[in-house]
Amino acid sequence: MNQADIPLLELYRTMLTIRRFEERCNYLFMQGRIPSTLHLYIGQEAVAAGVCAHLRPDDYLFSTHRPHGHAIAKGVAPRAIMAELYGKVTGCCKGKGGSMHVGDVRVGMFPAVAIVGANAPLAAGAALAAKWLDKDRVSVCFFGEGAANEGAVHEAMNMAAIWDLPVVYVCENNLYAASTPFFKAFKIQNVADRAAAYGMPGVIVDGNDVEAVYRVAGEAIARARRREGPTLIEAKTYRLCGHSRSDPRTYRSREEEEEWAKRDPIPRLAGRLKELGLATDETLERIEQEVQALIDDAVRFAEESPLPDPEDTLKHVFWSEEG
Amino acid sequence: MALMTIAEALRQAIREEMRRDPRVFCIGEDIGIPGGFGGAFTVTLGLSEEFGHERILDTPISETGLIGVAIGAAMAGLRPIADVQYGDFLFCAMDQIANQAAKMTYMSGGTVKVPLVLRAPVGATGRGAQHAQSLEAFFTHIPGLKVVAPATAYDAKGLLKSAVRDDNPVIIFEHKLLYGSKGPRAERGALSPVGEVPEEEYLVPIGKGIIRREGKDVTIVGKLLTVYRALEAAEQLAKEGIEAEVIDPRTLVPLDKELILDSVRKTGRLVIVEEDNYTGGWGADVAAMVAAEAFFWLDAPIVRVSAPDTPPPFSPPMEQFYVPSAERVVQAVKSIL
Repeated sequence: MNQADIPLLELYRTMLTIRRFEERCNYLFMQGRIPSTLHLYIGQEAVAAGVCAHLRPDDYLFSTHRPHGHAIAKGVAPRAIMAELYGKVTGCCKGKGGSMHVGDVRVGMFPAVAIVGANAPLAAGAALAAKWLDKDRVSVCFFGEGAANEGAVHEAMNMAAIWDLPVVYVCENNLYAASTPFFKAFKIQNVADRAAAYGMPGVIVDGNDVEAVYRVAGEAIARARRREGPTLIEAKTYRLCGHSRSDPRTYRSREEEEEWAKRDPIPRLAGRLKELGLATDETLERIEQEVQALIDDAVRFAEESPLPDPEDTLKHVFWSEEG
Repeated sequence: MALMTIAEALRQAIREEMRRDPRVFCIGEDIGIPGGFGGAFTVTLGLSEEFGHERILDTPISETGLIGVAIGAAMAGLRPIADVQYGDFLFCAMDQIANQAAKMTYMSGGTVKVPLVLRAPVGATGRGAQHAQSLEAFFTHIPGLKVVAPATAYDAKGLLKSAVRDDNPVIIFEHKLLYGSKGPRAERGALSPVGEVPEEEYLVPIGKGIIRREGKDVTIVGKLLTVYRALEAAEQLAKEGIEAEVIDPRTLVPLDKELILDSVRKTGRLVIVEEDNYTGGWGADVAAMVAAEAFFWLDAPIVRVSAPDTPPPFSPPMEQFYVPSAERVVQAVKSIL
């Protein structure tokens, strides 16, 4: 892949949209506008952007309890995500899902799965359907390194490998499963090393370098489209925020956080864009303003949307053609 | 009409649905291995010869994985029939069933459908505590799942075909002593009812029960094997001039409440018999429903006949004690007359 083939400006816009969306979510949460809890993706944006840039709306995506970034990168409308976080009837799940279950099947994203690791067999199943029904549709499954120790993940990867399923497993290793550090849960250095045991390629990539993620994901997704089988990608990254609301992050040092902040993927990409002559400060400022306007619009939409009728609780337990 | 066992009727249903719709496939352990068993109880025997090993898909021993794959495939447009060798193994995959299959339509605001069929054998058959449980109540408790429990070959075929065509997850509980499995997979002490099954296409609707025997003195509700225990009991009671009405709900979710309520309004007495444990059993919910909706028609307390609150034991005399017998049903009826 040539440098010129990587859509860096578009990737920047996606990453910045995720970042600004979530910063606003956090602010609205602190203000009490958004109920419940939030699992923010701040710091990991290059992974969602670099992977999803290769996906078509008809490709399948399975996400986690930390799904906002994946949803934005897959093309779920920010308005519909924000309204879902507000619990509004205009949300992408009509208020039935909430933060941990955002998704929109019209753009290939199923409701995010908030049971750690449980999305891995589902992604394999969707890949099985894609393999039978479609020429080159693929399935992508995001999960954290914490999920890599779940039985469901092992079972799914084994099945994906034995049946050569067109699925790409993307492990976002952000070093902490809630508060538990990587080294306490793994005897090995890399999650990707396990790929050999399943019989599929395992690739390690700097998850804070969107160019690298884009290249690696492109190869894995192309391999799946060619029906050559699954890939496990491990993106080494870092959650620059807490695990969920009110996480004081006392299980890790401020020095460590400062080290990772220097590798923040967004300023890093901004610098790269200028270095390559693909953007000036003015270009970046214009993107910033456009992104802010998009978020403003999403918040306005969510604020102005109606809450569901309490009795809507009773709808959608079973499938109905009427919706 | 052809005479069939339940295993043969289920096999015929699968064959017809797979011929009708190329999206239908079977996924499970040991279901299509050449020289293998055709599933634990022979239901899929021979199907891989007609449909090949892609559509009769053998899996590793991975209940979470295979049920999760089936759910994901259903979400993406296929219509899987997944099976576990013993219902007890459903616990291995409880997250996939309870948190994924059952909730996906709901969490998506009604935009994702999960047309999954999940087959599971239940019932105590001399195998000890982990291959014997009657698990229906665990699943009738979960909103978003339909649960069926056929007791005859006719119903087994018609309900399985309806389940395949349903756009929701449907769990089919099948009793090991009713299959009529043959050869090395035959069950000792099996009832193996053989029933008439029409040659032509038919469906049994999900959510409709049936009166197996009419009577005016007492209503006995059973399911799976206990339908036959209830019928045996009714036969004995008839000799003493007591006319019992035997109801087989066939579907547990959604339950044909009106059929049961109408019968109780007629007889004024209700005995519920099931092989599950007593506390929190499916029968408890039926009793509560009848108490709430037909209280003033009841002439006596509702009686539940079930297994005791113990794991299924192994040794034959203990297992016989554990599983409700026709005699216990007779005693229960007499206790409220």
